Amino acid sequence: MRDKGRFARLFLPLGAYLVVTLVPFYWMLVFAFRPTGSTALVPWPATLDHFRTVWTDLGFAVFFRNSAIVALGTLVVVCVLGLMGGYALARFAFRGRRAFLLALLCSQFVPGAMVLIPLFLVFKATHLLNSLQGLVIADSAAQLPLAVILMSGFVRGIPVDLEEAAMVDGCGRLRAFFAVVLPQLRPALVAVGSFAFIGSWNNFLFALMFSGRQDKFTLPVGLSYTLGEFTVDFGALAAGGMVAAVPVVLVFAVIQRFLVQGLTAGAVKG
Amino acid sequence: MSRARWTPYVLIAPTVLLMAVFVVYPVGSVAYYSLQHYDVTRSWANGFAGLDNFRQMLLHDPLFWQSLGFSARWVVVEVGLQLLLGLGLALIVNETFVGRGLARALVFSPWAVSGVLTTGIWILLYNPSTGVFQQLAAAGIGSPGTSVLGDPATVFPATVVAELWRGVPFFAILLLADLQGIPPDLYEAASVDGATRWQRFRMVTLPHLRDAIVLSTLLRAVWEFNNVDLLYTLTGGGPADQTTTLPLYVARKAVDAHDFGYGSALTTAGFVVLLFFSVLYLRLSKFDRR
Repeated sequence: MRDKGRFARLFLPLGAYLVVTLVPFYWMLVFAFRPTGSTALVPWPATLDHFRTVWTDLGFAVFFRNSAIVALGTLVVVCVLGLMGGYALARFAFRGRRAFLLALLCSQFVPGAMVLIPLFLVFKATHLLNSLQGLVIADSAAQLPLAVILMSGFVRGIPVDLEEAAMVDGCGRLRAFFAVVLPQLRPALVAVGSFAFIGSWNNFLFALMFSGRQDKFTLPVGLSYTLGEFTVDFGALAAGGMVAAVPVVLVFAVIQRFLVQGLTAGAVKG
Repeated sequence: MSRARWTPYVLIAPTVLLMAVFVVYPVGSVAYYSLQHYDVTRSWANGFAGLDNFRQMLLHDPLFWQSLGFSARWVVVEVGLQLLLGLGLALIVNETFVGRGLARALVFSPWAVSGVLTTGIWILLYNPSTGVFQQLAAAGIGSPGTSVLGDPATVFPATVVAELWRGVPFFAILLLADLQGIPPDLYEAASVDGATRWQRFRMVTLPHLRDAIVLSTLLRAVWEFNNVDLLYTLTGGGPADQTTTLPLYVARKAVDAHDFGYGSALTTAGFVVLLFFSVLYLRLSKFDRR
């Protein structure tokens, strides 16, 4: 009797939700691996033709490389600057601290789409259009506020006594930081770095606006050129989608455990 | 000691610099450009415009009001449904059962997918020749050749569903974290007092989640208001500008038309909306008490 209730209450809706979540992914997989013209619902025998098409003919090898460079660059910049800013917020009382925190919170309300025009002009003036460095800077600026907020939460979670003990023992603050604090921040770096990587890997508008040359396209921009409801090569679209999806899905699998705590600490609680 | 006084400023300097260039300056300069004629494709006519752009926007541009209206509809429907479904999902994966870790990973996974990729996936599902409706029609459900994105009657629900697929996990993740913070004793006490499942939900769970629900709803409303990737690529704002939100209108003016002056005036209108949201957010998150 109890089990029956549990089935209707728990497993039925969960099962339905799983179907709705996973069918779209499966649909992409089917299109990516079955030959053009086939309508089979199981992609067997599988073909790699579509992957060959997107990787070499459509230039996804270049887009993938660009995306990887930009996302990894953003990851490094955001982790280093996020660590510095978060540590300052968590461990120092200084004039302007509240204003800084307020600016971080508010900047989450100023999104990419709204600042496209001035940013385009800044990039034009500084010759950062059509450069991967420019994208790293723009993506980092977009990811940094959340990273600083998250990081300060993580630093605050580490007892300050440990650092003070090390400093009493003759360590400078810098040495105490590297010896005592940094090792404990490894999960924080994984979480913050992964958010930055995913955010940058997925960023579309900046990449679309700031890179007009095909050799500087990232995956979302390249993918957007394969879209179109009626004229599209569905096999190529699906294969390109798989190429774009696999790295973020792998990163997602790694951070999944941290996700629930990490996102909450930053996004809502500030 | 004098060195230590400077330490925090040195540490936050790079972040402050980046935010000055990428947040403060753009917001300020949008106000400036909104008073200019600045169209890259009509550079001979550039110059001071006074309130021309705003007059044009408020009095002579039906698409401005239409996009504002659609933005409101989009945010209310999208965020409302995401909250309901996300709360349900969080309650389900908060229960104890075999395979819970895997179930969580799977239902949360669309969170990591980009707007453009979401579009790609749903175009595969929606396309009128080999999409999912074609398969259903072959099985005797519905009619073949349905183009849900091209039909003004179905484009709105079709777009909402695609964004729901990606957006529900956000609420589920945030609310799950808060659900885990409810002390089990509260439920036990309620059970001892003879509370039904519904009463326990209403008397224990909901009050505990209240702050998280309010703040994540607000934050999500801002994000959905600003959502451009998916709409830009899935519908392009069409058919007949039916799915054009205000930020999408701005992005199209900037990316496609390069009309920066008028685009800046539209952006200013967007900032007024966002200002309202952020004041509300700071109030409700009790920033002034920290």
